Order: sequence, then structure tokens, then C-alpha cells
Amino acid sequence: MDGRKFKSLTRRELLKLTPVIALGAFAIPRLQTPLLKAGLGFSDWMSARLFRSGHVAPTFADSDVTPFDKFPINDYDVDDPQVDFDRWTLTVSGAVQKPGDYTLAQVQALPKFTQNTRHVCVEGWDVIGNFGGVRLADFLTAIGADPTAKFVTVACADDYYESIDMATARHPQSLLCYEMYGRPLTREHGAPLRLSIPTKIGYKQAKYLTDLKVTHLLEKAGYWEDQGYSEFYGL
Amino acid sequence: MATRALTIEDAKSGEVTQAVYEHPFIVRLCHWVNAVALFVLVGSGLQIFRAFPSFGAKIPQKDLIDWPKSLAIGGWLGGALQWHLTFMWIYIATGLVYLGYQIFSGHYKQVLFVPRDVPGVWPMVRHYFFFGPKPPAREAYNPLQKHAYTLAVVLGTLSVLTGLAIWKPVQFSWLAWMMGGFHWARLWHFLIMWATLAFVFGHLVMVVLHGWDNFVSMLTGWKKNPEYPAE
Repeated sequence: MDGRKFKSLTRRELLKLTPVIALGAFAIPRLQTPLLKAGLGFSDWMSARLFRSGHVAPTFADSDVTPFDKFPINDYDVDDPQVDFDRWTLTVSGAVQKPGDYTLAQVQALPKFTQNTRHVCVEGWDVIGNFGGVRLADFLTAIGADPTAKFVTVACADDYYESIDMATARHPQSLLCYEMYGRPLTREHGAPLRLSIPTKIGYKQAKYLTDLKVTHLLEKAGYWEDQGYSEFYGL
Repeated sequence: MATRALTIEDAKSGEVTQAVYEHPFIVRLCHWVNAVALFVLVGSGLQIFRAFPSFGAKIPQKDLIDWPKSLAIGGWLGGALQWHLTFMWIYIATGLVYLGYQIFSGHYKQVLFVPRDVPGVWPMVRHYFFFGPKPPAREAYNPLQKHAYTLAVVLGTLSVLTGLAIWKPVQFSWLAWMMGGFHWARLWHFLIMWATLAFVFGHLVMVVLHGWDNFVSMLTGWKKNPEYPAE
């Protein structure tokens, strides 16, 4: 083959690689944000597909449980939002047949479940804790939640807020938790009521609950989600 | 395996050179996209690691290393996770396309390290590291190269599997269990990253040592003056 013909042949082959340059779009500030949002959105979509209602998170023997004083306390703001336990109620609203204020005793009247499950933080650490409470699924049934609703959202005494997709909310291990290690929740662990959902990342398991809403449409996904974290983050 | 080969004649000088088509288009495309994805994944992974730079307990926390922020991608944990959870799909996609192409085209024979390559490893190590004689080249890749590239594919696969175990320790609980649980999977993921970086370092050294014609072959597919017989 003639040298010049070979040159044009290799040039054509080189030009075929131009699609690689498309990755440079991630370096353009104006495109970077929407591209990463789309990437995270795809990951969340895949997460929701991978979630299986019948698949339970691993549970552990009592000997595997992290000692209570080694169970980290993570907040976005304060350890103790000064909840007045005497006047505390869980305000239920949204697509439910029985909205209103529920006392802790009313929540605790439902069947109690305890489980040793792994709590995984988005930062990378993990602990195995002992959690006791009622199934969120049972509570949703008790308040007459619309079965076609898509989300359960919660608001907290420290102004934190979160959302849980309905499939996860109805998972048998998803608890409205009022006990850790066989004792009533301490203030820094979210007294009097928190979420314990071993199929979700830590930041979705909100503490110091004050409000619970069943909804078809999500207005705000959650405090950290609004800063750019994954909305679904199922484990 | 048979490779397309050409004899090139320079019209002016009449000089004759050989060229072989070493890297098919799909392989080159996957190589470069994968290289970019790996760069982003390592950078953002180190930023994620900065959020809890330890493999021990949270209480008390003993940090392994204070990785500099300037050598990380994403700026903060949330930003790094966005990069990581975006580029992992690109990394997986290029890996699957590459493997699928290699298997169905039969091109894998060029790179896959097989038992008959074992005796050829030591002479190559002796040549590279202890100034031994250069063993004659019969194929596009020598046994040590095949070993390195096969290992790179294994490491890539393991990094995806350990990553899945960290991302989904419940849905892929069997995967996490095989690695010793979530906690250990995180450590494996980290160690496999360093092993991959060790491969990349060795790879880049070899690219520099083997010169321009060799480097260009990963861009155009064609390698001039191959060290091995064209057919």
C-alpha cells in the first residue's frame, strides 16, 4: 500500500474515536450539573428496580450487636431537639382514612417486633444495632393509608424531613422504632419515635418524628436529598 | 490468530514498512472511555473515602490516612457520590461491551492468559527487571503482557462486584456475604482500587518504554513495525 493511502486509513480510524470526546461534556460547568443529576437519577431508578419486597436484610445474633455506647449519633443539626414527651403526638395527614394526632401509646398498641440489623451510614461506617418497634406497614394499615399512594414522608422535631417509597415503607423490617437495645429511645437516638429501615441508608432513617404523611406526589425528597444525595438510596 | 497486515511503501523514498491491525475499533473505544471512567471513579472514590477514612469502628475512629482533597473529585461526599454513581455505569457498560466483543469475535485469544503462557512469564520478567535476554516475540502480546491484561479484567470485574456489595449490601447480601459482609467488602473495594492503580502505573511505564508506534496503535488500531511476525 502507498504511504499516503495508509495515512488516510489511520486518520479515518482515529476519527472513529471522536465519541470519546463527548465525555468532555462532564467538564463543562453548565452541563455538569444536569448530567450528574441524570446519572444519579438512573442509579436511583435502578435501585428501585433492584428492591425486592420479599427479600429481607441480614439479621444478626445478639453477640454480633455493636455495644450501645459504640452506636454513633449523627445529626444534621442538634443531638437533642428538646421534645416535650408529655405533649408529643405523631400528626398523621395525607391520603389516609384516619388522619389526626396519634399518641405513643396508640402506636405501641400495634404488635411489637425487635430485630438486630445493620445500620449503614452514607459516610461508609456501619454498626449492628438492636431495634424494637411496630411495623410501619401495620401503622399504615391502622391509619387507613391509600394503597395506591407512592410515598410516606416524615417531618421531625429538629426540622429534618425525609421520604420513603411505599414499597420500602411496607417492607416487614421497616419499623416505627421506639426502642433500642431493649430500652426506650434516648433523646440523641431520636426519642420518642424514629424510623429504623434496614433496607435503606442511614440518612433516610429519620429521628424525633413529629409528622407522617401519606402522599401520591413528592414535594421534597429529604433534607440531604435536597443537598444532592440520592433520593432512593436503598441498600 | 490471523491479523490484517499491510506492507506500506513510501512513494518518495521507496522505504517499506510493515503494519498490522492490532486493536479493533470496539476495543479502542472501550479502552479510552474506560480509562476516563476509571480516572473519575478513583478520584470520586477517594473523596467518598475522605468521609470516613478508616476500616475500623466509628467509635473510636482511627483514621488510616488524610487523603488530600486536591487529589479527589466531587468536592464533598454528596458531589463525589454523584460522580461515582454516574461513572460506575459507564465503567460497567464499557466492560460488558469489551468482554462481549472479545468473546464473540474470538479476539480474546490475543490477550487471554492461558496455561501454555505460564512457561514464558519468567523469561519476560528476567528481561524486564533483571536485564535478561529478550525472548523472541511470536504473538502480539508476550506472556507477561497477557498476564497483566487478564489480571486487569479480573480486577475490573472484582471492583464492580465489591462495589455492588457496598452499594446494595441487602439486595446483593449473598455477594456481601462472600466478601465477609459489608464492612469487609468496603476494604476489598479499596484494595482492588490500589491493585488497579498498580496495573495502570506499570501499563503507563510500558507505554513510554515501547514508544510512539505502539501508543498510536491504541488510537488508530494499526501498529507500524510490529515486533512479531505479521502473519
